[in-house]
Amino acid sequence: MSETVIAIEGLEKAYAGGTRALKGVDLTIDKGEIFALLGPNGAGKTTLISIVCGIVTKTGGSVAVFGHDIEGDYRAARTRIGLVPQELTTDAFETVWDTVAFSRGLFGKPRDDAYLEQLLKRLTLWDKRKARMMELSGGMKRRVMIAKALSHQPDILFLDEPTAGVDVELRRDMWELVRKLQADGTTIILTTHYIEEAEEMADRVGVIANGELVALGRKDELMAQLGRRTFKLFLDQPMTSLPDGLSDWSLRLDDDGATLCYDFDSHAAETGIPQLMRKLDELGIAWRDLTTRQSSLEDIFVSLVHQGDRS
Amino acid sequence: MNPRGVGAIYRFEMARWRRTLWQSLVAPVITTALYFLVFGSAIGSRMSDMAGIDFGSFIVPGLILLSVLTQSIANASFGIYFPKFTGTIYEILSAPLSPIETVTAYVGAAVTKSVILALVTLVTATLFVDVTVDHPLLMVLFLVLISVGFCLLGFFIGLLANSFEQLQFIPLLVVTPLTFLGGIFYSVAALAEPWRTVTLANPIVYLVSGYRWTFYSVEDVPLWTSLLAMGLAIAVPLAAIAWIFRTGKRLKQ
Repeated sequence: MSETVIAIEGLEKAYAGGTRALKGVDLTIDKGEIFALLGPNGAGKTTLISIVCGIVTKTGGSVAVFGHDIEGDYRAARTRIGLVPQELTTDAFETVWDTVAFSRGLFGKPRDDAYLEQLLKRLTLWDKRKARMMELSGGMKRRVMIAKALSHQPDILFLDEPTAGVDVELRRDMWELVRKLQADGTTIILTTHYIEEAEEMADRVGVIANGELVALGRKDELMAQLGRRTFKLFLDQPMTSLPDGLSDWSLRLDDDGATLCYDFDSHAAETGIPQLMRKLDELGIAWRDLTTRQSSLEDIFVSLVHQGDRS
Repeated sequence: MNPRGVGAIYRFEMARWRRTLWQSLVAPVITTALYFLVFGSAIGSRMSDMAGIDFGSFIVPGLILLSVLTQSIANASFGIYFPKFTGTIYEILSAPLSPIETVTAYVGAAVTKSVILALVTLVTATLFVDVTVDHPLLMVLFLVLISVGFCLLGFFIGLLANSFEQLQFIPLLVVTPLTFLGGIFYSVAALAEPWRTVTLANPIVYLVSGYRWTFYSVEDVPLWTSLLAMGLAIAVPLAAIAWIFRTGKRLKQ
C-alpha cells in the first residue's frame, strides 16, 4: 500500500463572483507517482493546485499534505511543496542565483550553495547564474521557475501547464528532469493540454470538467475502461450507401465510401466483428486491408468533457 | 516560526532599495536639502524666530518627517504592490510564512530605509543650518515609531491598491497636504483663530510637534498627545492589515 501524500476531500471553491470553480472534488495522490490533471480551460485545474499551495482559499472540504491540514498546519504542509505556476512571473532585475536563493530562504531552508549549484547545473542554468531575469529568454525563465520551485527540496512538485509555449528541447529536458525527480522519490502533479504527454508521462490521470472530477484512474485502466476501438475496412469498390443487411451494426462510411468504419467497445463480451465479417462475405463486399485503432486519452477526454457539458 | 523566510524578504527589499538608491535616497535628500537652502540659508535669515528658535533650524524636524512620511508610504506600498502587479506574489503566498512574518519582513525593510533616509537628511541639514538634538535617543525612538506607523499605512495601501494610480492617491492627496499644513513651517501658536483650532484636527501636527520636541524641547501640543498620535498611527493601519489578512481580501481569492 503506497503512502498518501495529498488527501483532498469534498473540495469546494466558489469565487466571489458566484462562479463555482470546484464542486466537491475527492482525490488522493500517492507518494512517488506522476499524476496528470487534464481538463479544458476553466475546468478548475489551476484553482485546485492553487488551493493546495495556499494561493487560493477554499470554501469547503479539506486538504491534507502528508497529513498536515493546509490551513491549520500550513507551515508543515507548504514546506513540502514546490510550485511552478503557469505564468512566467519573475523579478526582472534579480539575478538567477539571487532569485533561486531567495526562494530557498523563503521556504525556511538554510543556505546551501552546493545544492543550488547542482540544481542550476541540472537545469543548464549555471552559465546564466549572474544574468538578470530580464535578460533571459522565455525558455530560460521557465527553467528558473522550476529551479525556484525545487530550491527548497520539496517532496511534492506541482507543474501547472509546464510545457505551454515551450520548445521541443526544453520539453524533452523537462520530462527527463521529471523522471529523475520521480526516481528520487518526488511526487509530481502536473496539468497539461498536451494529452500525449500525460499519456506518456503520467502513472495516473484525473480528468476535470466544470469543477468536477469526471474520471480518475491509472492511465492504462482509464483507457481500457473508456477506450473504444475503431475497426476500419478499406473496400475494393466504394459504396454510396450502406446495404440493408448491415443495419445490425452501427457502421459508417468514410473517404467517399471507400472505407467502412465500425466503432465498438473493446471490452464488450461480443464485439460483433466475426458476424460482421461473415455478413460482408455473404453480401459479396470485397476489401483489401483493415486496421483497428485504440482511442487515445484525447478521445476519451473529449467524450468525457462533452458528457459533462450535456449533464 | 520562519525567520529565514522573513530574512529572505527583508534582504530582497533592501537589495531593491540599493538598486534604486538615486530614486529612493539621493533624490529625497536633495529635495529636502533644497528646502534647507531656500528657507534656511537664503530667506530664513529674514524670517522672525519661531517659538524662539531660528527659522532655518525650526523647520528641520518637520522637513525630515515630510520626507519620512512620504517615503515610508511609497516604499512599503510599492514593496507589496509590485509582486501583486507582476504576479510574483504567488511565491510569498505559497511560502510557509504567517501574516505577521510577512508584514514584519516588508514593513521592517521599509522602516530601515526610512530611518536611514531621515538620518542622512539630518546630517545634510547640518551643512546648511544649525541643528541641535536635545534628546537624541528619543529622537531615534520617535523616528522609528513614526516610520513603523507610516510603513504599515503604506503596506495597507499596497495591499488594497489595484493600480499604480491608487498607490499614489493617498500619499499625494492626503499625506503631503496634511504634512505641509501640519506645522512644519510654523508653530501652531503662531496661527490665528479659527485656524489654530482647525489645525489641531490634523494628526500630523502631533507627530511633528513631538518630533520637534526631541530636537529643541519646544512643543505645540502636550507631549503625551504626540505619543498617543504615534500609538494610533501604528494601531490603526495594523488593525486594517489584520482585517485584510483575516478576510483574505485583495490578496487571495
